[in-house]
Amino acid sequence: MQTLRRTPLYDQHVALGARLVPFAGWEMPVQYEGVIPEHKAVRRDAGVFDVSHMGEIEIEGPTARDLLQAALSNDVDRLQPGEAQYTLLTNEAGGIVDDVILYRLDEHRYLVVANASNADAVYRALQERELRGSDVRDVSDDYALLAVQGPRALERLELSPAKAFTWAMGELDGVEVMINRTGYTGEEGVELACMVEDAARLWDAILARGVVPCGLGARDTLRLEVCYPLHGNDIGPQWDAISSGLGWACALDTEFTGVERLREVKAAGPAEKLVPFAMTEKAIPRQGMAVEGGGEVTSGTMSPMLEVGIGMAYVPAAAAKPGTELVIDVRGKPRRAEVKKKPLYKKEHS
Amino acid sequence: MAASESYPDDLLYHPEHDWARIDGDEAVLGVTWYAQDALGELVHYEPPSVGATVSKDASYGEVESVKAVSDLISPLTGEVLEVNEKVVDAPETVNEDPYGDGWLIRIRMTSQDERDQLLALADYRKVLDDEA
Repeated sequence: MQTLRRTPLYDQHVALGARLVPFAGWEMPVQYEGVIPEHKAVRRDAGVFDVSHMGEIEIEGPTARDLLQAALSNDVDRLQPGEAQYTLLTNEAGGIVDDVILYRLDEHRYLVVANASNADAVYRALQERELRGSDVRDVSDDYALLAVQGPRALERLELSPAKAFTWAMGELDGVEVMINRTGYTGEEGVELACMVEDAARLWDAILARGVVPCGLGARDTLRLEVCYPLHGNDIGPQWDAISSGLGWACALDTEFTGVERLREVKAAGPAEKLVPFAMTEKAIPRQGMAVEGGGEVTSGTMSPMLEVGIGMAYVPAAAAKPGTELVIDVRGKPRRAEVKKKPLYKKEHS
Repeated sequence: MAASESYPDDLLYHPEHDWARIDGDEAVLGVTWYAQDALGELVHYEPPSVGATVSKDASYGEVESVKAVSDLISPLTGEVLEVNEKVVDAPETVNEDPYGDGWLIRIRMTSQDERDQLLALADYRKVLDDEA
């Protein structure tokens, strides 16, 4: 049996009565009070997630840019120091090895934040490409990462608004933090990186500011309501980035692994597409369920805000238009759904 | 509000965390506190049809939380007389009151012998101890 890794906040999670589950080799909190109240706390106020299981890889040196541009799908040259970018590590078929956020730390230094389950693969893929004049280091064990999300997140942390996909160094209640204007919930908020030894102090300070601790369960329902794909569910090496709806993160005029294939798919049009949908009959779609006429559900849940079953599925391109009716095989029972526009849930404007 | 942990001693239990309240040849079925706690807040109840036959140890329906689906295992064999529509409309009723308003179906039993195979509270507690 594989030993599960623990984040520096393990003791905090236990003390809060979290339900801990294995996730990508880590023992992670799936919920504290419950998925639905945590989900609503993020939509209406502010919640904090321990995402320290995610991987961090630093790439440094005069040729760091060249290394990254050859490996990642987005245009690295659009990134200035202080900015961040959503980008994909692709394979030769244009499939997605991982979706990551690339931060430009300074002129010749970058940070990649990768999904926990792919962190090793991303590190190896970048390290294999190490050029003379670039150094790739796995710094995952040095940093803790806390996502604070929700309409009142900034107010509770006493932070000023800033442009999405930017970052700055700062301090929160005496802890030095990298403040990233990124997130996975569709709400305003930040992701705070700090040194592992400061993690517990930062976590406690955030909770003391009235932010609700939230587990991976709510993280999943929140991201699905706003149609952010989850690697391993909705995107992966078996689907090319265009079919997965991530063409916007692929700079097809640059040269990266799989770009030729992606240009072909773009020119011909994808045979199937990843689409969001909502059930029009009472049922909850789940990963792996078949869509009548071809296709497969890749994520599904009951939307805590919309109170209907929602999900994402790959369907033939002809069935991908919003408004198209889908029939999903819910454990042997046909249940109707409708293709929707992204996002499934839109922010309540107060 | 979720109920606090309890297991009434006037019920008979099935090791899959289901209960039966027997009254003559009829029985009301539901899931135990342990089952609803393991699932979390219920958001969907897929009941059987009235008139359908349910069989001991077999699935007669499903309950779902945001994260998981669970088969409902019948502790007894019989015919479905009534489905609790309150739980169809508000599945969280099971979390709030698993032995009262959160009952799931009422059946007419077709075998009186089966009740002897169910667990009294003391034996169900041993099942719970093994799960812990």
